Formats: sequence, structure tokens, C-alpha cells
Amino acid sequence: MTQKTLLDVKGLKTYFYLEGKRVAKAVDGVNFSVNSGETVALVGESGSGKSITSLSIMKLIGKPGKIEEGQILFDGKDLVNFTDKQMTQVRGREIGMIFQEPMTALNPVFTIGNQITETLIRHKKVSKAEADKKAIDLLKLVGFPRAEETMKEYPHQLSGGMRQRAMIAIAISCDPKLLIADEPTTALDVTIQAQILDIMDAMKKKFNMAVLLITHDLGVVAEYADRVMVMYGGQIVEQTTVENLFLNPKHPYTNGLLESLPSLEKEVDRLGAIKGMVPAAHEFPAGCRFSDRCPHVMDKCRAANPELVTVESGHNVRCYLYE
Amino acid sequence: MSVIEKELKIETKNDFIVEAKNLKKYFPIKGGVLKRTVGHVKAVDDITLSIIRGETLGVVGESGSGKSTLGRVILRLMEPTEGQILFENEDISRLSNRQLRPFRKDMQIVFQDPFASLNPKMNVQELIEEPLLVQTSLNKNERREKAISLLEKVGLRPDSRLKYPHEFSGGQRQRISIARALALNPKFIICDEPVSALDVSIQAQVLNLMADLQDEFNLTYLFIAHDLSVVKHISDRVAVMYLGRIAEIAPKKNLYETPLHPYTEALLSAVPSTDVLNKREKIILKGDLPSPSNPPSGCAFRTRCPKAHERCALERPELINVSEGHYVACHLYEQ
Repeated sequence: MTQKTLLDVKGLKTYFYLEGKRVAKAVDGVNFSVNSGETVALVGESGSGKSITSLSIMKLIGKPGKIEEGQILFDGKDLVNFTDKQMTQVRGREIGMIFQEPMTALNPVFTIGNQITETLIRHKKVSKAEADKKAIDLLKLVGFPRAEETMKEYPHQLSGGMRQRAMIAIAISCDPKLLIADEPTTALDVTIQAQILDIMDAMKKKFNMAVLLITHDLGVVAEYADRVMVMYGGQIVEQTTVENLFLNPKHPYTNGLLESLPSLEKEVDRLGAIKGMVPAAHEFPAGCRFSDRCPHVMDKCRAANPELVTVESGHNVRCYLYE
Repeated sequence: MSVIEKELKIETKNDFIVEAKNLKKYFPIKGGVLKRTVGHVKAVDDITLSIIRGETLGVVGESGSGKSTLGRVILRLMEPTEGQILFENEDISRLSNRQLRPFRKDMQIVFQDPFASLNPKMNVQELIEEPLLVQTSLNKNERREKAISLLEKVGLRPDSRLKYPHEFSGGQRQRISIARALALNPKFIICDEPVSALDVSIQAQVLNLMADLQDEFNLTYLFIAHDLSVVKHISDRVAVMYLGRIAEIAPKKNLYETPLHPYTEALLSAVPSTDVLNKREKIILKGDLPSPSNPPSGCAFRTRCPKAHERCALERPELINVSEGHYVACHLYEQ
């Protein structure tokens, strides 16, 4: 099956200009693509730049941040050059979004029905009655048995998992080609997380959407993604298929993450912790950004930042050990 | 201490440091103009458990299961509605605050959010010496020495003594909370979601630190968390809570390898696995946790249970012993 490239991010740099002429290079030269119908995960710890990457794609970067360089090709068009007005035609219609905290993403003073039909009426130019009908269908699709009543309810009347399902209903209402899910299940309990990820996966297959999944949870990546990018210090440090990442991890950071993760399958006396902590975006070390925490650090790592190189087909790593 | 040594030590003596007997904590729901009590949230509903000296007892459950309330009631940070709490065989459930004071230094707690639990106006020295001022007669120099040695124990530099909480990262702040909890050489520490706000690489550092400190100071932990993998890693025994009650309690190995309660099975199956070759079959539970103010009749889990039958709506299952140390509250296992 030949897959069409839907999203192609090239050399994306998003910088934040802080007080005292300091520059936080939150996203610093990120390249990746997402094919239609595929789930690609961006994984990393807090401060790795994964959320800023997703917000840059939606062009939701406010001051003092700025997309400094690069291209965001979506369906062949470069979103970086789009005006705010043009972007409103893309957001919610061609690209749907789900955020971590559905309580802040939903408007507390409008009913769930209002918030779904708003998107439909705006983007699909349908009548109120048609929008209502479609909204009820959507709510049923994401697992609300009493969809008619839920339409009249406010966000505070729903539980966290139900709110996130309502968010999914809004995000998929206009049949987007790409769904960006930023930590969609982080605030949820594990049984509810399983429900939500199950629904997202079903929706993706039903509507042949591509999903860009932003998460810190390697378990979620292993279960739901096809390909994965590991981010550290605003850059991609490893990029490969999910199987490769877990069976044959290359970058010392990826290895460190996997060893620091307690798991139900293995029993270890001590977890392999990575020393130190993620550096702030305005004080990256010279050279490789992981050098201060890396167990394999060499002299040249501190001198210059390695490039992302292909070690085998479809497996890219940013590390001198593989050059 | 290796895992095997530790298991042996725990099996050979049944020396309980803390026991909870039929512990209940009900929160009244007030309603109407007269603010009369119209119902109760049964956050902890008839829990009996014993914590063995030197072990880590993990408590897992979803939000609203009552696991944090249980921890707080055991420490008497909240008053129990009913039931007994024994600390080293002494009943502390009815003691006055003054009478409790000598017990306080033996039991400590580390909270989830180190941003909220450390006073932002106090520097690290003041934070750590506060318990020493209340409970000991150490002079200023001795308190400073103690603070420095504690900071070194938890892996912080002694010169961070004069900094304030906002100058630290989340992981470092949690280390400060741990140093503060250790200041009075406690015997028993309740850890309420101590690593859930931390990134995985930092989480691993803090978990390793807690294990080291347990060995060094012979601490007993009650480790409350929602993350089943973390609880498996750190615990010797694990209790699973659902709507204020214990659904299952067993040695770690039994609970994770042969879970009996349908809820435990579903919980374990829902944990995303990093094993890409052997995917677990998921049991997707329907719906959400019911409201603890109006729990279902009979077994509280029956509304979501894939194996529920008639009897589950009528009778509440009690915890029964099915094998050595393994207890489950489910009608499926009754004779």
C-alpha cells in the first residue's frame, strides 16, 4: 500500500525570546512526516519541546515565541505562510485537536451540544437541525449511550473521561485528515485511559485519519503508534518504527528512558535512572544536549552537537556512537 | 538487602507496625437551607489491614477510590468516623492531639505535590529543622548539622540549604520533602503518590532513593499510587481499593501474576505495555467509577464487572482468604 505524505515538517525552529536577550530554543530543527492513516508518536519528558512542536503545527505559538524557520507542509501547502484567517479554515476542520486537560479545553458556560454544533455550523455550513443530528451521532460514536441528554449538559456535569470523549467528538466532527492529540490520557485513570485510546484508535480506522500523538508515556506509544520520534532538548534524538524503538533502541537517552521505566513484565532490583535533569531551553550544554547526563559521553560530544544520521533504513539517531 | 532476603525477613515475623481495624471515614453531604446532612460520601468504608514492620505495602486504586483518605486517617490527619488504628499495638484512634504528639515523630508523610506541600516562604534549612524544633531539644548548630546530613542523604548539595523551594525542580523538591520526613528518624512513612508528578527519568531516581533509605533506616512504607507498574516495583504486598473498600490484597507476586478480582484483572490489563512482541489482551471496562455518595448495592464493582451475576447486586462480598496472604472480596471465590 503506498501511503501519501500528509504532513511534512522540515527544519522547524520555534524560539522564545526571554528577558535579557536570552533565547529559548524550544524546538530547534525538527524534521518529520506523517502519512495518511498512520499514528506517529512524539515522546519526551517535560521541556523536550514536544508540545511546542504540536502547537507550532497549529500555529498557536504566541508571543514571546515565534516560528523562526522551517516549513510545515500540510497536504502540500506550507502552513507557515498562512495568515490567521486562513488558519481558522485549517484548525478544527482539516486538523483536529485534543488536549490534555479537557476541563480547560471545553468552555464551561456552553453545553456540550453547543460546542460540537458550533464547529459543524462554522466549518460545514449546515443548519442547526442538521448539526444537532450529526452531533448526537458523534456522541453515540464515542460512547455516550444517552447522547440526546448529554447534548444539554455542561462540561462540569461530566467526568474526566466523558469530557475527553466529548473533546474527541468535537475534534473529529469535521472529518479532519489529521488529529493532533497532546497527552490525551495523562489526566485520566488507567481503565478510562484504555477506553479513550480504544475510541481514538477506532475513530482513526473508521475515518482513515492520521494521528500525531504527543505523550510522555512509552507504554501508550508501544500500544498505539506505528512510528515514533523521541525528543530531547528541542530536537529529535531517535526516529524509527515502534518495534525498532523497543527492541533495538540506539540513543543513550532512549535506553535510559526504557531502563528507568518500571514495568509489569520485568522485575528489577533497581531502576536504571538517568542522572541529572532535563536542561532548560535557554541553557542547553554546548555540543550534544544530552552530554551532561549521558553515560557514554566522549570529548567530541561536548564540542559539537551530532547530526541525526540514518543507521539503518528508517532508523535515525542523533549520536556520535553511530557515526 | 536483596528481594529474597527481604521476603524471608518479612515472612518469618509477623510484627505489625500499623493495624487498621474496621476503619471508616464518612464525609457528610449537607443540603437544603438548614444544611442538614442528607447523605454520606463513604471514602473509607470498613477497611481492615495490617502493615508489617519493614515492608512496603502498596495501595492502588483510581481517583475516588479512597486511597489518599485511608492514608490520612491512619496518620490521624483526618478523624476516623469509626474503627481503630493501632500503632505498635497502641490504639491511637481516640488520642487527643497532645497525647498523639510522641507518636507523631514515628510516622511521617510525603505528599504528591511538592509545590503545595513545602512552604514557599521558608528556605530548605527552615523546612527541615521545623520538625526538629517541635520535637527535639537540639541547638542551632546541631540542627544545622542534621539538616546538612539529611540533604546529603537525599542527594542534594549541602549549600542548597539556604535556597527556597521555587529554586528547585520537581524532583529536587520531592527530595526536600523526603529529607523533611526523615528528620525525626520515623519508623513509618506514608508516601501519597510521591512520584506521579515527576518525569520518568526523575521518577526512577526518587524511587531508587526511597528504596535505599528504606534499607538504611529500616523504614516501613505505605505507598499510595495509581500507577500499577510503580507500585509493583516498590512494594512487597499490594492492596487494590475500589470505592472505599479493599477488593484484593496479596503479596506482590500473587497479585500481579494471578490476580483474582475481576477489577484487578481489568486494571492490570489496561496498563499500556512496552512489550511490543506480546500484547496483552485488554479488558475494557464500561463507564466510570460510580459516585461514592451513592454506591451500587451489593458489590460496588458490579456495574462495571464483566463477570457480575445476580448475587452481586444483593450481597456485599467480604474479604476472604484464598491462599497464603491472598485475600479477595468477590462472590466468585466463595464456596
